[in-house]
Amino acid sequence: MSDAVLATVARKPFKRPGAGLLKGTLIYAALSVAAFVSIFPFFWMLVGATNSAADIVKGKATVGSYLFINIAGLFQQVDIVRVLFNSVFIAASSTVMTLLFASLAGYAFEMFRSTARERVFTALLLMLSIPFAALMVPLFMMMANLGQINTYPAVILPLVSQIIIFSTFYFRQATKSFPHELRDAAKIDGLKEWQIFLRVYFPVMRSTYAAATIIIFMLSWNNYLWPLIVLQTNDMKTLVLTISSLASAYTPDYGVVMVATILTTLPTLIIFFILQRLFVQGMLGSVK
Amino acid sequence: MTQTRIGRNERINGWAFIMPALVIVGLFMIWPILWSLWMSFQTGRGMNMSFGGFDNIKRLAADPIFLTALTNTLTFLAIQVPVMIMLALIFAVLLNSPYLIGRGFFRTAIFLPCVTSLVAYSILFKSMFATDGLVNQAIMTLGLEPVAWLGHPIPAKTVIILAITWRWTGYNMIFYLAALQNIDKSIYEAARIDGVPAWAQFFRITIPLLKPVILFTTIISTIGTLQLFDEVQNITLGGPSNATLTLSQYIYNLTFRFMPSFGYAATVSYVIVILVAILSYIQFFVARERR
Repeated sequence: MSDAVLATVARKPFKRPGAGLLKGTLIYAALSVAAFVSIFPFFWMLVGATNSAADIVKGKATVGSYLFINIAGLFQQVDIVRVLFNSVFIAASSTVMTLLFASLAGYAFEMFRSTARERVFTALLLMLSIPFAALMVPLFMMMANLGQINTYPAVILPLVSQIIIFSTFYFRQATKSFPHELRDAAKIDGLKEWQIFLRVYFPVMRSTYAAATIIIFMLSWNNYLWPLIVLQTNDMKTLVLTISSLASAYTPDYGVVMVATILTTLPTLIIFFILQRLFVQGMLGSVK
Repeated sequence: MTQTRIGRNERINGWAFIMPALVIVGLFMIWPILWSLWMSFQTGRGMNMSFGGFDNIKRLAADPIFLTALTNTLTFLAIQVPVMIMLALIFAVLLNSPYLIGRGFFRTAIFLPCVTSLVAYSILFKSMFATDGLVNQAIMTLGLEPVAWLGHPIPAKTVIILAITWRWTGYNMIFYLAALQNIDKSIYEAARIDGVPAWAQFFRITIPLLKPVILFTTIISTIGTLQLFDEVQNITLGGPSNATLTLSQYIYNLTFRFMPSFGYAATVSYVIVILVAILSYIQFFVARERR
């Protein structure tokens, strides 16, 4: 459709300024506006980190001179090293746990087929649509009864349960492309099943693991609602919780907030630009 | 003989490999959702609860805040999801053209919002839509009246819808782009030779062929919007006067902001469970009917 239009535009860019050229211009205009709107908030964030709170709420969108004052302000207002540690530790632990358990399950669902396991798999897929809103109250009471409020396990385990189902599904889908001959050969060599998993499956499926790592890490890093409920003191808060509470002050110090927001966004942004293909592959695969 | 030994091995390993995942799902998903069902029939404050039968459901029907939250959530859903799906489709179709200059740039740019955390972008939007903020400055440059974006119900709802659309359009777009790449180009070739205009190609070829993906993304977006929390919590805090309060936020408020009434909160949460179930079912049903 647009192919036809753009093809004409590309072939005869200036010779016949008719309907084709007009449409082509409209297409580029629409895409440029979309690109601008998409990128602008990132620019706003970067520029905001160099401005004072007063300038930010007045809409100043040029580079200012407050960067170091804002950075200093962040160190003053929060124990940023501790907060960073919390974020990294919680996201990394949930990612490692999810990757391990989901790939084991995905491998087993695909390699060892049985009617009973197919039923379990279907039941798992149905559970994908259970909204977290319905779990937060009982989960909170569970953690309160166990005396685990404000601890790492209390935040990590439910996080894992939220992402493990689609991760399992993702690994099962990916395992379909794992050559069975490799497993058979390893069996003949006398390897046990867990050895096959560790020494054959894992290295062969590297790129699947990489794509899954990116998505799972991002989901855990960015999670908000459950940590908000279960982490209650400042020394346990993650970066996301910290920027949320900094920005919800009556008059937020937006300069400081922007610096913290950059810290929150930077890891996923860097991963995205370095590993764009894997990133998109993981996103498509994780829900396909 | 060998066959049975392998069979037994597979049986044991099959369950052993799945077990850790099942235990986690069982403890932190199945158990809580069942407990929540039980709790929804309990009344009382804090940890003192007693069986209340259908009291919570009666309270639900007469609770104006619940009705506001439900209406708001459905309003966001009804406006935001179709707008976003349409935009994502259009961008995908435009970006699918091999003749487009700067495809990679446009694709990356439109996809970029997906890498931000929901809280981070919410804060960015909140600061841009401040009373004397950037958006109002831009509006005034154009000679228009500034808007108290976060101070009035309809502008506040608009900001929330704009924000969610900004964050998720690119995400939906990559699904359509992936699906478009699987469509046989010769179909369009044939249509072009038959003189089918571009818009008719879009509605008669592209949309029908993409129907499974469109359905899938609609379900995902619907379920996501029904659970909307991060954005409203960080941009408007449900205000002004509950104009952007969502169901998830109401459950959160009932449990963690006011004197907790766990039983009633569980009842409200089952409203979301039921809505998600019904909508997923309808959407699947409609797709199967028309196929």
